[in-house]
Amino acid sequence: MLRGGVPSAIGIHLWPGKDLQYGISAKEVDLEERLVDLDLRNDSDVSDVPPPTDSTPVILKRALSGLSARWKNWWIRGILTLAMISGFFLIIYLGSFMLMLLVLSIQVKCYHEIITIGYRVYHSYDLPWFRSLSWYFLLCVNYFFYGETVADYFATFVQRREQLQFLIRYHRFISFALYLAGFCMFVLSLVKKHYRLQFYMFAWTHVTLLITVTQSHLVIQNLFEGMIWFLVPISSVICNDITAYIFGFFFGRTPLIKLSPKKTWEGFIGGFFSTVIFGFIFSYFLAQHQYFVCPVEYNSETNRFVTECEPSELFQMKKYSVPPLLQAVLGWETVNMYPFQMHSIALSTFASLIGPFGGFFASGFKRAFKIKDFADTIPGHGGIMDRFDCQYLMATFVHVYITSFIRGPNPSKLLKQLLILQPEQQLSVYKILKSHLVEKGILQPSLRV
Amino acid sequence: MLSYGALNLRSPRDKWILQESESENKLDGETASDSESKSEFGGLPPVPTSDDTPEVLNRALSNLSSRWKNWWVRGILTLAMITFFFIIIYLGPMVLMTIVMCVQIKCFHEIITIGYNVYHSYDLPWFRTLSWYFLLCVNYFFYGETVTDYFFTLVQREEPLRILSKYHRFISFALYLTGFCMFVLSLVKKHYRLQFYMFGWTHVTLLIVVTQSHLIIHNLFEGMIWFIVPISCVICNDIMAYMFGFFFGRTPLIKLSPKKTWEGFIGGFFATVLFGLLLSYVMSGYRCFTCPVEFNNDTNSFTVDCEPSELFQLQEYNIPAVLQSVLGWKTVRMYPFQIHSIALSTFASLIGPFGGFFASGFKRAFKIKDFANTIPGHGGIMDRFDCQYLMATFVNVYIASFIRGPNPSKLIQQFLTLRPDQQIHIFNTLKAHLVDKGVLGNPEDA
Repeated sequence: MLRGGVPSAIGIHLWPGKDLQYGISAKEVDLEERLVDLDLRNDSDVSDVPPPTDSTPVILKRALSGLSARWKNWWIRGILTLAMISGFFLIIYLGSFMLMLLVLSIQVKCYHEIITIGYRVYHSYDLPWFRSLSWYFLLCVNYFFYGETVADYFATFVQRREQLQFLIRYHRFISFALYLAGFCMFVLSLVKKHYRLQFYMFAWTHVTLLITVTQSHLVIQNLFEGMIWFLVPISSVICNDITAYIFGFFFGRTPLIKLSPKKTWEGFIGGFFSTVIFGFIFSYFLAQHQYFVCPVEYNSETNRFVTECEPSELFQMKKYSVPPLLQAVLGWETVNMYPFQMHSIALSTFASLIGPFGGFFASGFKRAFKIKDFADTIPGHGGIMDRFDCQYLMATFVHVYITSFIRGPNPSKLLKQLLILQPEQQLSVYKILKSHLVEKGILQPSLRV
Repeated sequence: MLSYGALNLRSPRDKWILQESESENKLDGETASDSESKSEFGGLPPVPTSDDTPEVLNRALSNLSSRWKNWWVRGILTLAMITFFFIIIYLGPMVLMTIVMCVQIKCFHEIITIGYNVYHSYDLPWFRTLSWYFLLCVNYFFYGETVTDYFFTLVQREEPLRILSKYHRFISFALYLTGFCMFVLSLVKKHYRLQFYMFGWTHVTLLIVVTQSHLIIHNLFEGMIWFIVPISCVICNDIMAYMFGFFFGRTPLIKLSPKKTWEGFIGGFFATVLFGLLLSYVMSGYRCFTCPVEFNNDTNSFTVDCEPSELFQLQEYNIPAVLQSVLGWKTVRMYPFQIHSIALSTFASLIGPFGGFFASGFKRAFKIKDFANTIPGHGGIMDRFDCQYLMATFVNVYIASFIRGPNPSKLIQQFLTLRPDQQIHIFNTLKAHLVDKGVLGNPEDA
């Protein structure tokens, strides 16, 4: 264990007396030093990990061998960006099911990346059981969430099969039992010398699950609402990343936050306006196609997902009067817009103003644990988490936005719950509903009750 | 080997010296991971652990040896806590809810303080404020969900409440986001890692403490018996396992808690099941325990008045032939709830202790003896409630899966917010279902 001086290469100075701004006495600084030593012990070990293997394909390397290192990096990043965007379009074309699978694989990969970082930080490769337990918890939580979604959206499919009925009815109990089994295994696996490490990894696993799994399920729920609710937010975040970078590159002067020294205010504001305009225009194009606008439904006859419906009023052109201020600027009195475009302004605003905080959080995390990238999955870009760090807050926001402002409760879920009630309860509910519908004039009153 | 009982009443300084020597004994053969904590705590200035035992008790017991004194203090405090429990039950659901809330805040405070101690993060900028802010946010979210369900008519009457409840999720999310952004803005260059640790620590603590306390309140609203029987079973299991272990204990149960024995475990199991059966028998006879708690709009208070459900009506059960010869009865009159109480007691005895082992492992991992010193002789509030956590979740899941279905009034509320075409669709499906089942007589309704 290092004592006394701290190597400056690592960048943390904690000599006695230097931190009096925080009111730490000399004795406590000694303890702080030791804590920092412990952190340093982990950090210096982390930096001993061999540099990431260059996973750039050989083809690219040969094609770019003539350029200098800096331009080479640019080209690789650019090519990979285009590759990812094309991959994205391809999957959209292939349909909702493929998208769900994609989201699931991304979730598993993100989880794997963060857990691997945890292992490296805590040197816990050899903890008994822990890898299996982490994957087991991931499986449990996914089972719980998918069970809730599947029950809702595949109601007709489920009604036909007896075993699925049983699983659905007692779903919470089964999920809880599975989780408990994992919890008990964890308690039984506690080994005398490694208590603290094991608790750290347990907490690390749970926080990671909280972040990755809940978000991915919210993304899938948004997807089922209509692919436009999946595409527009994600594109807005990507657009904000790219345009903030471009604006920062050309006009950047004032740094935005100490955490990410490359971000600038000019990039931030320029990115905000471009993203709002982009979202506006993009939603205009998407709102015209039923494929994007309709809720995804499962057709039990054809056993496939269909997106066919009468577009809701959100996606029907309406005339809006331009406020007098803008009338002079634009020269129009009224404009034809989809109501959804108003919502897209809200989504883009969130993506530009709050989304970056997800990126700052990830930057802070990387600095805290002295890692450059989450992993090396994508050449030139780092790991999957690096690409998706801004998306997390976005997915939750879109979900909360939809439930608060757009749709009411899910009708099929409501129906499912009604059918579980006791017959007497069902009868009383039926009577109340009937009187309500008659009152509202939706249902014609009948002669017999 | 020093007994933990004797440690309790020494002076604070002695306590730390003893702890240090214990840690030193363990140094050999330990990896850096645990020894690092030894160095942290070995050199730590003794945190003043005031001896909270009231002066009165101290004087009354001054003549006895320290070991018996400890026993008496523990015993008296146990009785005091149980009496307190009864008083609160008598005072009603509102007071119970408030008590659960206070316990939750105290547990949160205890665990967060441990985090501060472990990471020496007293001086992290903002962090205390942020932890309490997150606690407030998550509580606001959960209470909002409960209040909307149970106080539906009250909420609909008051305009501001109605808006708050309609956009509840959005408001909660916005509040949480504010905290998140404040956290990101408060990251300070030299303390990134500490700050992320405390952030993670806060969230895991919230997950454990706040969700459990809200599940307890949900159980409470289902009927006070669903609150009292599980908690009593866990307490009974604690006490019974201890007594059986004291008198018959021989084979150790788990390395984590060397004082637990298999004899105590099994004896406690049977004793708890019996206790659960008896307690539920006594309680099922009273409406104030078995009826769901409801908010009466006219009197603006909680009422427990209802027609007892069939769970709480005596039924004749045939005793299986095996037990007939033993007991000498052919049939027995029992409440169906007593069968459920067997399930609850079984969980409390078999799985509940894992919550206790988890807390023991946690204390050993961070080299603390007790979570805090709130209760003399017993430690902190968390020490008393560690087994209860799994229990609360289990009871909630049990009720949701096996006892009650979804809440009809809640379903009606949701129905009323749907679009007319969706309403018609659901209405017709329900009608077809009822006709199918023969519940609805005439299929020729319009």
